[in-house]
Amino acid sequence: MSLLELRDVEARYGELRALHGVTLAVAEGDFVAILGANGAGKTTTLRAISGTVKTTSGEIFFDGQKVFRRTPESMARRGVAHVPEGRGTFTTLSVLDNLRLGAWVQRGFSTRDLAHVFEFFPRLYERRDQQAGTLSGGEQQMLALARAMMAKPRLLLLDEPSLGLAPRVVREIFTTLARMNETGTTIVVVEQNAMIALAAARHAYVLETGRVVLGGDAADLQRNESVRRSYLGY
Amino acid sequence: MTNLLQQIVSGLASGGIYGSLALAIVLIHRSTGVVNFAQGELATLSAFICWTLMDHGWAFWPAFGATLALSFLGGVALQQTVIRPIQSGPLLGIVILTIGLLIAVNGLDTWIWGGAAKQFKGPFSTSPINVGGVAFSKQDIGVIVVSILAVVLIGLLFAKTKLGLGLRAAAINPVEARLAGVRVGVMLALGWGLAAALGAVAGVLAAPSLFLEPNMMQTVLLYAFAAAVLGGMDSPVGAVVGGLVLGVLLNLVGTYVHWVGGELRLATALAVILGVLLVRPAGLFGRTAVRRV
Repeated sequence: MSLLELRDVEARYGELRALHGVTLAVAEGDFVAILGANGAGKTTTLRAISGTVKTTSGEIFFDGQKVFRRTPESMARRGVAHVPEGRGTFTTLSVLDNLRLGAWVQRGFSTRDLAHVFEFFPRLYERRDQQAGTLSGGEQQMLALARAMMAKPRLLLLDEPSLGLAPRVVREIFTTLARMNETGTTIVVVEQNAMIALAAARHAYVLETGRVVLGGDAADLQRNESVRRSYLGY
Repeated sequence: MTNLLQQIVSGLASGGIYGSLALAIVLIHRSTGVVNFAQGELATLSAFICWTLMDHGWAFWPAFGATLALSFLGGVALQQTVIRPIQSGPLLGIVILTIGLLIAVNGLDTWIWGGAAKQFKGPFSTSPINVGGVAFSKQDIGVIVVSILAVVLIGLLFAKTKLGLGLRAAAINPVEARLAGVRVGVMLALGWGLAAALGAVAGVLAAPSLFLEPNMMQTVLLYAFAAAVLGGMDSPVGAVVGGLVLGVLLNLVGTYVHWVGGELRLATALAVILGVLLVRPAGLFGRTAVRRV
């Protein structure tokens, strides 16, 4: 059964229509990449799911239930963690406080979860008392991921995690994502870097001007002529 | 020498009042960026409520507790009804609105309680004790202790509790905080409630020595602004330390710089604001955010 399903979802920013009826499904445990050019509606799709933008029509189902009034807070409580573009960390809070905040939707705050997250990200442990704003770009992206992990999300939404990072760091991040996915977290990642996204994901969708134009196995899309030409560049 | 000590002690006592009102101002400013000009009048309103309860035969401490609770709820209600509808609008609009609130609350006080000064009997005796030639009252000591206690409690709340973490997160980055599941709207309302309760502390502390009347906190508000700017508009510790330092400074300047005297007290406070803004805009305890770009 699908953990997440979008049926004909439309969204607009004022007069500007950003999504023209997006339909897609994400199975429990899946790793899905959403590709597309700038302005294709990738970010808006994630925002619609997490309730950061209001949708004007269409339906969103999470865990088999239609979700009506989506707000970021309520979606977080349902188990959706959204890491927006530009590594959303609380720059003036310490690394540790950022992680504590990740566990906000959890009832208590478990040191075991924290230890588990630090196992994934040993560098964050070294810098636990530093202000998040003083971390390097790669470390901040790690922190954003680690914070999402503290929420023990059922669905992790990531917007451009590779943006502005060195290739080595990008690989590190996608390795981490694969490990999170293996331990049961469903992942939807929006990426400009189609090459690495398709290599990591199991399924993928291609958006064009606010619509899904292509969807299927990531491996098939990798071989698809038009995807290769438009997004992989060979 | 005795005179110097005397000026310091009574400066600390008035500084404690500036500091606790400054603390209320800082709390709202750091969580929403709004400078609440009505904070002083709200404190006066709280003091009137406390006075009324005592006038009806309540003992001080129960009346004080009830006043704190009512002020907290009042702050929450105020944010929900008046501030929230324009929260997403320009900051200037909200600030102007708080000036409107200042006038409205002042009018309300006069309408209900009249303009005549009332004597407010606080929990601490105002009769002077003489220690080595320095005269001070239990009221003076009480004000200093209570204002320091308030900042310690607020500090613990922010640093050690989950609620405090949520309050800080909502202040730093509301969009992200919502994504983490923090109900930012609730946090903002709680921030106003806390500030109103702290203002009530300031009002009740001030009332015994200033006499309770609708304009009681108006000059105090200006000193509180000076204290907040001096300590750093976003630093709770800075607010209280700023208040205490300002209280002492004003007394010393008033005593030893003869051409200033008592008349230019307010002007001295404004000079402090100007000086801090010129030399160290973040204030003594203000932290400029460190960011790697």
